[in-house]
Amino acid sequence: MNLFDYLEPTTQFVIFSAIKILIVFGVTMTFVAYAVLAERKISAWIQDRVGPNRTAPPITKFIPILGPMLVRLGIFQPMADGLKFLLKEDFTPAYVRKVYFWLAPAIAVIPAFLTFAVIPFGSTLGNPDNKMVIADLNVGVLYTFGIVSLGVYGIVLAGYAANSKYPFLGGIRSSAQMISYEIAMGMSVVAVFMVVGDLNLGAVVQYQAKHGWMVLHQPLAFAIFLIAAFAETNRLPFDLPESESELVGGYHTEYSSMKFALFFLGEYAAMISASAMMVTLFFGGWTLPFLSEPASSLLVGLLHIAIFIAKLVVLLVVFIWVRWMLPRFRYDQLMDLGWRRFIPLALGNILATALVLAFISP
Amino acid sequence: MPEFTDLLFYGFAGLALFFGFLCVANPLSRSPVTSAMFLVLTIVSLAGLFILLHAFFLAAIQVLVYAGAVMVLFLFVIMLLDLKEEERRRFRRFTVGVGVVAVGVIAGLLLQTVLKAVPYSQTSTVLAVGATRPLGIILFTQYLLPFELLSLLLLVAMVGVILLTKKELK
Amino acid sequence: MSTKIVDRKPLSFFENSYLPTLMSGLKVTWKHFKKSALQGRPLTMEYPEQKWVVPQGYRGAPYLVKDQEGSTKCVSCQLCEFVCPPKAIRITPPGPNGAPADRRNAEKAPAEFEINMLRCIFCGLCQEVCPEEAIFLQKDYSLTGESREEMVYGKAKLLQMGGTHGGIQKWKHKLEEAEAQEVFPVRTN
Repeated sequence: MNLFDYLEPTTQFVIFSAIKILIVFGVTMTFVAYAVLAERKISAWIQDRVGPNRTAPPITKFIPILGPMLVRLGIFQPMADGLKFLLKEDFTPAYVRKVYFWLAPAIAVIPAFLTFAVIPFGSTLGNPDNKMVIADLNVGVLYTFGIVSLGVYGIVLAGYAANSKYPFLGGIRSSAQMISYEIAMGMSVVAVFMVVGDLNLGAVVQYQAKHGWMVLHQPLAFAIFLIAAFAETNRLPFDLPESESELVGGYHTEYSSMKFALFFLGEYAAMISASAMMVTLFFGGWTLPFLSEPASSLLVGLLHIAIFIAKLVVLLVVFIWVRWMLPRFRYDQLMDLGWRRFIPLALGNILATALVLAFISP
Repeated sequence: MPEFTDLLFYGFAGLALFFGFLCVANPLSRSPVTSAMFLVLTIVSLAGLFILLHAFFLAAIQVLVYAGAVMVLFLFVIMLLDLKEEERRRFRRFTVGVGVVAVGVIAGLLLQTVLKAVPYSQTSTVLAVGATRPLGIILFTQYLLPFELLSLLLLVAMVGVILLTKKELK
Repeated sequence: MSTKIVDRKPLSFFENSYLPTLMSGLKVTWKHFKKSALQGRPLTMEYPEQKWVVPQGYRGAPYLVKDQEGSTKCVSCQLCEFVCPPKAIRITPPGPNGAPADRRNAEKAPAEFEINMLRCIFCGLCQEVCPEEAIFLQKDYSLTGESREEMVYGKAKLLQMGGTHGGIQKWKHKLEEAEAQEVFPVRTN
């Protein structure tokens, strides 16, 4: 730490930010890998199966009881999956539009990771100025929506680049779906920010620490946000862009190997960032009712991060669980739900919130 | 570090111009989709310029509305129409003329603004305008009428679209 | 017209909210999750450790069998080779100078009898057609090998895998009759 004190504040800031970015990226990547495992495991359990339980690097032989247990839980499966994706043949069909074909997976994966920049995943660590958020933006949530809206391009371009009909239909579906649900999502959040009075996500967390979780103040906004998040991340029951039974594989029909894996990564990263947004907006972020003061010691700081991650994991499980709860919606039902139910509901919610704020509790 | 900010300004400005040029006159590809994608990049570069002016709200809205929503719809339409003949089209005198007039008008406006502008250091109020709260207050007090009129304009467009699509149901 | 059109009842407001479907989905998934994750009773059988009990009459891999005296039942008639749909069976007959059958009442035995287990579809036609009841589909279902050649089972291997199958021996009583006739004093009048 002494070495840091010699440096200029700007340099310190840059170094700390770089470290935070690296750690957040690393943790998110790990989370993505294990979200895939969780998906497979929970799906297996819901379908009365066992799930991945065989992958065992030779090292597990030397761990007495824990080793076989970890193998049964499939802890090493993500490594095998990753290796498989890297080693598979990367095939580019002859009829695709090459530039977009190569660009689309990258565009699909980047926005999902960029969203994490504004999410406060902890209070402070060590130094009280050292906030646990990469970029403490005043327009935090608008930034998130801006980035999320760019996520459509990956899918649309993938559909366009593949130059064949099923991916194209998938791309068209997804662009319509994501634009529709972005509106409902954005409107549901407006009510939250009316209550808080600030667009900064850190301020939202502070407000919730004082007045209780936002999900209690704005249950309707939460419901709309949650369902819109399912649609935005192309998860079941709204996975129409890639619905296997009608569109083969949707926009990733023509992709293989690492390019396919990037779409996969992007989908799970988007799921994690949506969960992180929900934790921050509706479930008090890193706070618990009795642990809401910014951390005074390193240990409490770490505890706050752990609380954030625990809440995140719960929401991820919800995401995975819902996948088996409902069958896929029909496309017109999806549009009907988005435009004719959620947008009016969200508008009504904004109006009601405004009325309550203006006349009952100023 | 003012030098670094300057560097960023020239970077974003250069990118915006470069992408803008590629959007309208790409020597390698005449595909409308490519043009649209370069327009998206131009918009994102402009958002970078807004951020340098501390107008975070404008930057976010720029990306959210233009890059995220409007351009996706553009792309949507382009892909659905499958504009093959657009790639083979030649310049016509009329098109060029209209283009020159449009560019001239916009350039005139720009010139007027630049001539009237005060140097950057004196415009400290810009910083306040760029934030969300002051912007909202101004929109709902001083500019309330134009703001509401704009929404009326959008409503008219929407009603028109509905009328057009439901024409046969009359 | 025998078609009866049943009116579909319009959904009530509550049903339209998707909530009942969501609840029933939650109930079903939770029931299965509880059973397989919390109580540890998934339906899956973990194969190499746990094995399935093969039922009676299961049609697995075809093997050649011996009779109760330990001699080859197959007489190299090549009916099975002829009937085999995927042409998995190949029989090399002994030829005019080949070794004789190892039982007394058979004219010949195959010099080589091969079943390509990669081609075999376990249909059981060979068993059906065999006049000597020399080939039977047995209970093996997991045949593995490291090369294609290894998966072509020869006569020795087939006989060893097949074991003994006593049961009916069609020509046995004929043989006994013939032997009895040799011992029996022939009436001369």
